[in-house]
Amino acid sequence: MSAPILQVRELVMRFGGLTAVNHVSFEAARGDITAVIGPNGAGKTTVFNLITGFYTPSAGEIILHGREGERGLHATPGHRIARAGVARTFQNIRLFGGMTVLENLLVAQHNRLQAATGFGVAAILGLGGYRAAERAAIERAKHWLEATRLMDRADDPAGALPYGAQRRLEIARAMCTDPVLLCLDEPAAGLNPRESEELAALIRLIRDGGCSILLIEHDMGVVMNISDHIVVLDHGKKIADGTPGQIREDEAVIAAYLGTGDEDEEPAPAVAGAA
Amino acid sequence: MAYALQQLINGVALGMIYGLIAVGYTMVYGIIGMINFAHGDIFMVGAFISLISFVLIAMGGWAAGPGAILLVLLVSMAVTALYGWSVERVAYRPLRGSFRLAPLISAIGMSIVLQNYVQVAQGARVKPIESLVTGSLELWHGNGFAVSISTMQAMIIVVTLLVLAVFTWLVTRTPLGRAMRACEQDRKMAGLLGIDTDRTISVTFVIGAALASVAGTMYLLRYGVIDFYIGFLAGVKAFTAAVLGGIGSLPGAVLGGLLIGLIETFWSAYFSVQYKDVATFAILVITLIFMPTGLLGRAEVEKV
Amino acid sequence: MSDSVIGGPHEGGAARSDDGVPGPGQNGGIPRGPAQAAPRPPIAHAVRDAVMAALVSVVLFVPLVGLRTDVSPGSGLIIRTRWADVAILVGLVFVGRLVLNLWQDQRPARRAPTARRTETLRRIGTFVAPLLLGFAIVLPFLPGTSRYVLDLGILVLTYVMLGWGLNIVVGLAGLLDLGYVAFYAVGAYAYALLSTNFGLSFWICLPLAGIMAAFWGVILGFPVLRLRGDYLAIVTLAFGEIIRVVLINWVSLTGGPNGISGIPRPSFFGLNFTAGGGPGSFADFFGLEPSPTHRVVFLYYLILVLALLTNWVTLRLRRQPLGRAWEALREDEIACRALGINVTNTKLTAFAIGAMFGGFAGAFFATRQAFVSPESFTFIESAIILAIVVLGGLGSQLGVALAALVMIGGFEAFRDLEEYRMLVFGGAMVAIMVWRPRGLVSTRTPSIALGKRRAISGDLVGEGQG
Repeated sequence: MSAPILQVRELVMRFGGLTAVNHVSFEAARGDITAVIGPNGAGKTTVFNLITGFYTPSAGEIILHGREGERGLHATPGHRIARAGVARTFQNIRLFGGMTVLENLLVAQHNRLQAATGFGVAAILGLGGYRAAERAAIERAKHWLEATRLMDRADDPAGALPYGAQRRLEIARAMCTDPVLLCLDEPAAGLNPRESEELAALIRLIRDGGCSILLIEHDMGVVMNISDHIVVLDHGKKIADGTPGQIREDEAVIAAYLGTGDEDEEPAPAVAGAA
Repeated sequence: MAYALQQLINGVALGMIYGLIAVGYTMVYGIIGMINFAHGDIFMVGAFISLISFVLIAMGGWAAGPGAILLVLLVSMAVTALYGWSVERVAYRPLRGSFRLAPLISAIGMSIVLQNYVQVAQGARVKPIESLVTGSLELWHGNGFAVSISTMQAMIIVVTLLVLAVFTWLVTRTPLGRAMRACEQDRKMAGLLGIDTDRTISVTFVIGAALASVAGTMYLLRYGVIDFYIGFLAGVKAFTAAVLGGIGSLPGAVLGGLLIGLIETFWSAYFSVQYKDVATFAILVITLIFMPTGLLGRAEVEKV
Repeated sequence: MSDSVIGGPHEGGAARSDDGVPGPGQNGGIPRGPAQAAPRPPIAHAVRDAVMAALVSVVLFVPLVGLRTDVSPGSGLIIRTRWADVAILVGLVFVGRLVLNLWQDQRPARRAPTARRTETLRRIGTFVAPLLLGFAIVLPFLPGTSRYVLDLGILVLTYVMLGWGLNIVVGLAGLLDLGYVAFYAVGAYAYALLSTNFGLSFWICLPLAGIMAAFWGVILGFPVLRLRGDYLAIVTLAFGEIIRVVLINWVSLTGGPNGISGIPRPSFFGLNFTAGGGPGSFADFFGLEPSPTHRVVFLYYLILVLALLTNWVTLRLRRQPLGRAWEALREDEIACRALGINVTNTKLTAFAIGAMFGGFAGAFFATRQAFVSPESFTFIESAIILAIVVLGGLGSQLGVALAALVMIGGFEAFRDLEEYRMLVFGGAMVAIMVWRPRGLVSTRTPSIALGKRRAISGDLVGEGQG
């Protein structure tokens, strides 16, 4: 395993009496696609929300090895996490529905553009520096529009796009923040097999472009197919950690998915199928 | 000490009135998630209907007694409830499920309409009424200062508690109340399960208006003068009470009303009468900043 | 009247009428279900419904209209009956309801030509804005423009400016502010106090008043930023009331309920508008006949320029990162946070810039009236400004201008109605909302496009949680 981009150490999150994440530690390697899987209610999304700053952990550390060196995300305010180089998508898509596709991608570049406006004054007067920055921003947006095959929808409102296109746009928007780590929360949910296939290709493309990826996914086909490394959570605890091959063989994982215990979790034919 | 005790009684009596109005706000907010801005004016309409009924009764030569007051209460509740129903029907129902600000603006418009309607119909001058309930009961005497509760105050407290008891029974123990709570939880699902959501919402407005009319009658009896403008401030304060108690929570509304009544009374007694409204609003702001869901409100978990 | 579908199926609730409750548009009073299941003779049904409405109105009107209480010469109240009025009102309700019902039954199914209609509306819109602007510029020189018309123009433009200022907060950033009048008051009092106490001129005070208002915008905005939706609305309302109560009671500074009078009038580059002309006056300098109209015309152009400045800054900002961030905030605050946008600062700038324009308008108000008192800054003012923004269509500059013209101009047009005027005003607010819940102009224009800019239909546009 190469140098880590993200280190999670002894992470704990309690909601009142419920411990949703219980001393979870793992690492995501730079340039890898790391998947976090687990049955429903395993605490995957909570881990995501902790990494991306939507919750503050009860205990533990989250260290990002970003462009500006080490950074403790557990102690960084929400909006600064994105600036540190972590971008995310949402399980239930959160686009700016009344704004066009292009506008969505420009909002994602807000901080860079805002810095170019000179506190808004230069921008209001339409001065040169801002114009150049905006052109650059549009170019970057176009790049990701091409990559996500949304170019012909650029001027359409995001809310009017079909579901699959909205998923892709969310990824494009996250990429426009120029992240070092992209966190995808169930990106394949609701996609048909062909779309899932395309999504996998897009994720690989992003990885090959140098951005590390952390992924929550239910679709085992997608996970086993593209992941370099898999972390398995169950009931808030990490139960396994390894390559797809290792995870496929892991007794604890199979038990968690097939439900040897008291709970009637969803069975995982996908695991069996992949194995 | 005696002075403080006296203020406590005054504050509770005032707070009961706010609480009655606040219940209407909180119910409507709970069920359709809108601030019924016209609710304060419904309270004002209730006060006017009581006033007219009292005058009618007096002209009919019927001595003002408990029977008369009960009759007035019932008439006022019935007519005001119909006002509440009509307001919902005309100004809110066509906007159901629409854009969030539309019903709010419609409600502000309705509030302006009600105020000016009463002003045109009944005149802009204040309407005095001679006090019908007199007498007081001395509770405690000491240091040359007597603590007393007037019959009026006692009546406000007793009537309010009775009305609230009936109302609590209505929302907790009857199919109607169940339908209301179901609509509050999930209106769409309630509709799918065969609950007539439109009717349930109408009933909510009717009950809210009836309670506000009781508050109106009490206000009239307590202060002896009303005008077309009393609804605004009482409405804002009652809304404050509802928010303070935790909007959507019925016991919270009553508790909030009591607190607002007490804060206002004590502030006026010990600090400054002029700034009593500032005190109320400041409390509102502070509560919301430090306890955004109010005292008894449910915390809303931010879903990501 | 309750037809909101005129502008397209996207108007208001049509898209959401799967809520299990009838959306607007379908429901004007006739229960939808049975009417569709088994069509009854429409006339009989309409009449029955109208009779019901009339019966309800009898109960509503008998006590409050039929029994008028008056203070008797002796003491206590006497009652005067006015049955004729009740009969007229009930008759009106019956006829109105009947006509409405029949009209709704007769109307064919609509909503087909929406796309075309939206496009036509948009094209008309592009003509209307320059036309309105041109009209506003030449108005003082049109024959037949009286002093009264100019005063009315000034009033309308003041509300246009206030509406545009509030539009930044409510329309763009999606923060529901019910206390906007507070900033108007801060601006007015800032100018009044600075000019009467320190003798500063209008042109120095104008920016100061704006800065002061923006400062208060930040002060008041800061604690309430975490609040959402109606909580924010009620707290801003409370702030508005607090400022008003303080203005009433801080007599040593503000003159209390009596207000501040003798506020200096503005000058035109140092030239005064004194009634008698004289050396150093505007009339003298330009060799004109001294006339009080000069000042009115000057004030008219002053507010026109201020309003256009508000509009220009808003339009520019909309195409800037800041403006886009405001709109993104309105659409989805959580997504904004995930993109690294500092939500607090973005909200505060919206509050501050909106408040600043309110402050400018306040300073203008003070100099025009030469008198300010807390009376002018009641909640109803906030409500009217918010109503203008919502009736115009959130975020739409043209819509706000039209709404201000319709509401304030209409309000003046009903001057003869005297005490019925506010009644009509409130009724109009309800009627317009029921008719078009999204306001007059409900579409949103994108701030940037690779190809041709196409208007975005209103039902996709968020309304903010704040």
